[in-house]
Amino acid sequence: MTHPNAILATAAMIGSIVLWATAGDILTASAMRQLGDLDVIRERSGIWGAAVAVVTNGRFGLGVVCLALSFFSLLFAFSHRDLSLIGPAATSLTFVTNALAAKFFLHENVDHRRWTAAIFVCVGVALLAF
Amino acid sequence: MTFRRYLVLGVITITASCGDTFLSRGMKSLGPVSLAHPTALIHAIFSPWVASGIVLLIGFFASYLTALSWADLTYVLPASSLGYVIMTLLARFWLHEKVSPLRWLGVVFITAGVGFVTRGPSYTDHGSHTAPVRAEGLAAVEPAIEEVRQ
Repeated sequence: MTHPNAILATAAMIGSIVLWATAGDILTASAMRQLGDLDVIRERSGIWGAAVAVVTNGRFGLGVVCLALSFFSLLFAFSHRDLSLIGPAATSLTFVTNALAAKFFLHENVDHRRWTAAIFVCVGVALLAF
Repeated sequence: MTFRRYLVLGVITITASCGDTFLSRGMKSLGPVSLAHPTALIHAIFSPWVASGIVLLIGFFASYLTALSWADLTYVLPASSLGYVIMTLLARFWLHEKVSPLRWLGVVFITAGVGFVTRGPSYTDHGSHTAPVRAEGLAAVEPAIEEVRQ
């Protein structure tokens, strides 16, 4: 694992998971914000009405494609590297990239409290690898 | 935040951590997948551990989407990260694994992060045009619309 090519390959695997996961999370969150409270939709149109509303949303479809790419990147990485390395590294980085992307693309109010939470969870998840 | 909504965050927490563990167990049993044979990833889906992991992750995704419809992404993600704490506690007290001091420190950091975010508001209100407000607003005026129609 000390070989530069191995380190680069690991970074590329983690980077790929993080990139697709962030794009997928932002697109699905944007879709759900566009649709509104699912509990309200379910009360009015039933569970199938809520499911159809979600599945027929374009942003949701694009988000699922990105999440699927992240999933296959994760499977590929799991088959080459340990869960204890890939899991915490990819997950902890995704907390930070999602906070940044949510602030700029979803215009969420990422205040000091949320930044502190994202960084605390990011550091905590990274520490679990040791 | 109602009790039901905290319950949805709990389901996200448990299904995500168990689903990832099942996937890892399944992929390890199949061995390394080569870039030259990417179809092996498709075959992996039908192995029992990977399939069980996928079922759990579908449950996770449904709960996650529900949570995103009434809370911000930057609220849902840290709030549902308690799964790592649960996994560490299970590893120590159920599987009797050795948990290093650094991992316990990680547990403290995650718990503090969850504490920070859950004490704040769960949703950024972008004004009266935001979707949840619009959905609730529509629900409120629907009886009146029905009366007019009759």
